[in-house]
Amino acid sequence: MTTRATRTKGTARPGSGARPGATTRTSARAAAPRRRGRYGAPAVLLAPFLVLFTACTLVPIGYAVKLSLFTEHRSGLGFGGTETVFTGLGNYTRALQDEAFRDGFLTITQYCLLYIPLMTALALVLALLLDSALVRAKRFFQLALFIPHAVPGIIAALVWMYLYTPGISPVLDVLETLGAQPDPLGHPLPAVVNMALWQWSGYNMVIFYAALQAIPREVLEAAVIDGAGPLRTAIGIKIPLIRPSLAMVGLFTVIGSLQLFTEPMILHNTAPGVTSTWTPNMYAYTAAFERGDYGLAAASSVLLAVVAAGLSFAVTRATRSRSERAREARA
Amino acid sequence: MSTRRPWTLSKGAVNGVLVLATAYTLLPLGWLVTAAAKSTADLLGGRSLTAANFDLGQNLSDLASAGDGIYFRWYLNSLLYAGIGSVLCALVCVGAGYAFHVFSFPGKETLFGLVLLGVLVPTTALALPMYLLASELGIVNTFWAVFLPSLVNPFGVYLARVFCAGYIPGEVLEAARTDGAGELRTFWSIGLRMVMPGFVTVLLFQFTAIWNNFFLPLVMLSDNRLFPVSLGLFTWNAQTRAFPEYYPLVVTGALLAVVPLVLAFVLLQRHWKAGLTAGAVK
Repeated sequence: MTTRATRTKGTARPGSGARPGATTRTSARAAAPRRRGRYGAPAVLLAPFLVLFTACTLVPIGYAVKLSLFTEHRSGLGFGGTETVFTGLGNYTRALQDEAFRDGFLTITQYCLLYIPLMTALALVLALLLDSALVRAKRFFQLALFIPHAVPGIIAALVWMYLYTPGISPVLDVLETLGAQPDPLGHPLPAVVNMALWQWSGYNMVIFYAALQAIPREVLEAAVIDGAGPLRTAIGIKIPLIRPSLAMVGLFTVIGSLQLFTEPMILHNTAPGVTSTWTPNMYAYTAAFERGDYGLAAASSVLLAVVAAGLSFAVTRATRSRSERAREARA
Repeated sequence: MSTRRPWTLSKGAVNGVLVLATAYTLLPLGWLVTAAAKSTADLLGGRSLTAANFDLGQNLSDLASAGDGIYFRWYLNSLLYAGIGSVLCALVCVGAGYAFHVFSFPGKETLFGLVLLGVLVPTTALALPMYLLASELGIVNTFWAVFLPSLVNPFGVYLARVFCAGYIPGEVLEAARTDGAGELRTFWSIGLRMVMPGFVTVLLFQFTAIWNNFFLPLVMLSDNRLFPVSLGLFTWNAQTRAFPEYYPLVVTGALLAVVPLVLAFVLLQRHWKAGLTAGAVK
């Protein structure tokens, strides 16, 4: 019988984050037997995830930090192999002093400044349009706008690269007959932003649309009775009410943007502006696989993760204080 | 009513904007479909497709024979990585999410906070350390090096907890307990069944994530017989400069690699909408 086995206290997984004093809060929703000594079943159910999470997330983070503190020195004239030497923050200063690394962050900053407002605006406008009572075929539009997300990033990048290539691209042909001379491969930043817009606008539109649909209808009816038009309702009521979704999308978009890699990697051979260190991730990749400099690669990965953590914290804090302010205003 | 006029006026505009946006999302895929049926010369010459130069059959047979049929080996690899990986990952996530929902144990919310922090870790920043770790362990360039990391998805645990809260009423579990069923038995035969829509949602998103993953296989694998489709197409694309005959292979291969995902998302609309809603509203 499993019941007896799960009852024994000894099977509780050690080190599962148990802390005395943190035990008092229990979820109100939990339909749990709150008797003591029945940790066997949760331990068994949580163990696979915790083991994998430790092995594939926590340990690599720790290992990267460790590696980033060491460097390899070639002994003598290059004979007799290498030895590993502790350098403290040496790899970090090397990365930060490298102009290519700093340029990578500059590229990412420009990318974020262009991409995030455009994508959020596009997704939000499409969601509001879809939410308005004026549209038939909502299911079709939702699916059609979402479908680029089902396309692997590498294939989306390939398709757009072909659509940017003169001679292959029907889009450029059409634009040329209209008298325009576009050169997307000469402008890699907007070219990459367009790839990301194509892949993510529909996805985030569905998130916004779901949040809009969850707004209680009475709130909107009250606005209509008060004489607010559709635009007023959208700006004054709908957008403030889906702020948590906007914050979440903003958070994930920032984290995703910092990791920019696949799309520029595809453009790397075709667009002259895209160097092998164009983004921080490409820099880390090049450091590891072209220069064999694992200490530098680890240090730049850690720096990227630290920036991501800092930005996540900033975005979360900014949006939280805003919603708190809103709550105060309502009171 | 004064608001009547602008409403009727904007109906066309609203639908027009949505049609334009749909054209933006669908036309590149339309291009991929027609390009997959073109020969090298027609593709590079930008000639439009007619019944006379419809070469899809030729492209497919070239694809099957190129590199001793390596493309379909990649395809099979992707099916294995994503198929087995997503089923196991969904099971792992739902197990953990169920435990977080149903049980109370010391440090539960602290642990869940750690899971939520895990959602924020940039996965590509992890790939390189994972490679270095795997080379230390000697599992670089093996199936496991790509497969094991793909079983981890902290966001899946979060989703699973939300779904468990929505789908599993406490009374049912209480009834099972009164009948003397063990906790694990209750999970397996009652909890998992009730939360099946959530299970499918996590599975669908993880399948897509693994199928689309590029960075991890790129750093982990050097043996092209272990490549997933994404990495294989990337290496072929790198050859197109020197060997233009690779162009149709890349394009046709890309089209075939998109088909299962598009089909899955068209058929499982309820599930991905539920997944995105759970992320948006909770």
